[in-house]
Amino acid sequence: MATETHGAEAAHGAAEAGMPQLDFSTFPNQIFWLLVTLVVIYFVLSKIALPRISTVLAERSGTIMNDIAAAEELKLKAKEAEEAYNKALAEAKAQAQQIATETRAAIQADLDAATAKADAEITAKAAESEKAIAEIREGAVESVKEVAKDTAKEIVAALGSSADARTVTAAVTARMKG
Amino acid sequence: MATEAHGSESSLVFHPMDQFKVTPLFGDGAVHWYTITNVTLWMALSIVGVILLLVVGSRGRAMVPSKGQSVAELTYGFVYKMIEDVTGKDAVKYFPYVMTLFIFIVFSNMLGLLPLSFTTTSHIAVTGVLALLVFLFVTILGFAKNGTKFLALFWVSSAPMAVRPLLAVIELISYFVRPVSHSIRLAGNMMAGHAVIKVFAGFAAIAAISPVSVLAITAMYGLEILVAFIQAYVFTILTCVYLKDALHPVH
Amino acid sequence: MEGNIAELGKYIGVGLTAIGMGGAAMGVGNVAGNYLSGALRNPSAAASQTATLFIGMAFAEALGIFSFLVALLLMFAV
Repeated sequence: MATETHGAEAAHGAAEAGMPQLDFSTFPNQIFWLLVTLVVIYFVLSKIALPRISTVLAERSGTIMNDIAAAEELKLKAKEAEEAYNKALAEAKAQAQQIATETRAAIQADLDAATAKADAEITAKAAESEKAIAEIREGAVESVKEVAKDTAKEIVAALGSSADARTVTAAVTARMKG
Repeated sequence: MATEAHGSESSLVFHPMDQFKVTPLFGDGAVHWYTITNVTLWMALSIVGVILLLVVGSRGRAMVPSKGQSVAELTYGFVYKMIEDVTGKDAVKYFPYVMTLFIFIVFSNMLGLLPLSFTTTSHIAVTGVLALLVFLFVTILGFAKNGTKFLALFWVSSAPMAVRPLLAVIELISYFVRPVSHSIRLAGNMMAGHAVIKVFAGFAAIAAISPVSVLAITAMYGLEILVAFIQAYVFTILTCVYLKDALHPVH
Repeated sequence: MEGNIAELGKYIGVGLTAIGMGGAAMGVGNVAGNYLSGALRNPSAAASQTATLFIGMAFAEALGIFSFLVALLLMFAV
């Protein structure tokens, strides 16, 4: 493309216009500059670029390794902390359970005592009441006896016959029992 | 393009090879070995590219890489993994040589794809020297490391005794053809791609065909970018394969 | 149209050598196709064989490049 040097072309003639790759007159030039280039690139690479990149890569892999190890350690620590927490939680739970049980027992005891007392009172009261009822019933039976005696005497009198008081009483008593 | 020499015959003139001409940068005249030519310019630009990518790109030395540093590290890792996979772990000490070859070829190929540029790797002189360097390096290293055992490379011990001499001759020929194919592959690929693009560009002179021509150039350009990289890769990986032969010459 | 018989032979020869590049194209296609079918059968082994793929392609392609070179030499250098 950028070949404005027609002088050189004219000097080479028509035959060399064909394939510049086979123009042997340019070979020393190309080889010389190629060797210069290769040596320069080799020194740039081996003295500066490659050691630098390899250190960066090694450092990075080292850092990554360290970070992974640190993360592993932290993970272990976190696990330990979790275990401690779980332990504390379990202890607290057990304590709470105990306290609850104790309280329940105390309450039960109080309740039992109160119940017993109330039962005793109720029993006493019931006995008293029974006694009163028995008295009342006695009273009532007595009254019924009197009424029955009187009624029986009156009936017998009304029937026109006199009745011995003692006989009537005996009969009424016998009836009442029956 | 320079139509004054042949342009009288027809309106369609192709000079696909003109782009490969080696010319002095300053003034005209003969090209001596020390003359500063377009070869010098484009090789210097490839050095600049290498420095920009691998030295300036990695200057941050950051733990979390920037874009440039990522590319530099990617290139490093690419070639390092290649030599480690193909040649083996004990060849890692030849990594700078292989890296030099790869980075030079890749930059020359890519810079050659710029319009109006000169492709240094399209010249058989350049690739021939590269391939000969590899060939001599591998041969000398093979003999230095293994002594006469290196010759076992040519003596196929798994073949029947009767055909071994014949195979040895074939292996020997194939060994000496290596630098030829190694260099011509690279130069030929580069030359072919650029010449084809230039031929398509020549067709653009006809108004009716020029849209097709532009499309074809675009497509070829995409292919050439791929080829530029793949040829550098292939050159490097073949260097690794040859290096493996030198280090472990068991056939 | 006047011409040189040697010129005629030269251009015929260039055209014939160009056929050689078709062979290289078939070879490279064969390499890539077989790699692909193998890779689809066993994708886990594919990544480790890309280097071999490129080496094979390079060898197949080199012969096409030789024929291209012969064409160029005939065209421009002879």
